[in-house]
Amino acid sequence: MLNQYETVFIITPVLSEAQMKEAVEKFRKIITDNGGEIVHHLDWGLRKLAYPITNKSQGFYNHFEFKAPGELIGKLEIEYRRDERILRFLTFRMDKYAIEYSEKRRSNANKEVKKEE
Amino acid sequence: MAQNQSEIRYLTPPTVEIKKKKYCRFKKNKIKYIDYKDPEFLKKFLNEQGKILPRRITGTSLKYQRKVSTAVKRARHLALLPYVTDMLK
Repeated sequence: MLNQYETVFIITPVLSEAQMKEAVEKFRKIITDNGGEIVHHLDWGLRKLAYPITNKSQGFYNHFEFKAPGELIGKLEIEYRRDERILRFLTFRMDKYAIEYSEKRRSNANKEVKKEE
Repeated sequence: MAQNQSEIRYLTPPTVEIKKKKYCRFKKNKIKYIDYKDPEFLKKFLNEQGKILPRRITGTSLKYQRKVSTAVKRARHLALLPYVTDMLK
C-alpha cells in the first residue's frame, strides 16, 4: 500500500550550484526508481542553521513529498547516510491531517501565484 | 475574634489576579496538524532559552501538547530551532 512520506534534508553549503542540483537529482532518482512517485518538491535554498552542524552554519534545505512503498524508506535512508554531502535528513510518514494540511498549503500557494499573473 | 481579623493590614494590598480562562488554541480554531517546518509558529511554545513551555502556562490540551513537543523536537533535529539559546524572541 503506498503511504505518503515527507523528507527534508540539508546539503552542505560548500558545494557549487551544479553539485547541489546533482545531489537533489540523485535522491529524486532513488525515489522514482524504486516505485515511488514524487508529489511535490520544494527547495528552500540557503538557510542559516539554528546551531552549527559539523561547524557549518548554513545549509541548502530540500523538501520532498512522495508516495512510496515502505521498503523504499530503508534504501533512501541508507543512501542519505552514505552520502557525505548530506548534513542531516528527516523522513516522516504523513497521516491524513498532514496530507490535508500540505494540500491546503499548496493550494493557497498556487492561488498567490495565480494572483500575481 | 472576627474584628481583629480585619485589623490585619497588609503591607501591599493583596492583588487578586483576574483568572483568565485558559483555552487550547488548537481545539478553538480547529487546527489538526502542527507543522514542524515553520519555526515561527513553534516559537510561541518556547521560552527565551528555547525550552518547551509547560501546559499549565500555554493551556494546550494533552493531545496537542504531545504533537507540539514532537514537532519542536523534529524542528530542533533539522536545525530550524536551536536546542538551547539565550535570546530566542
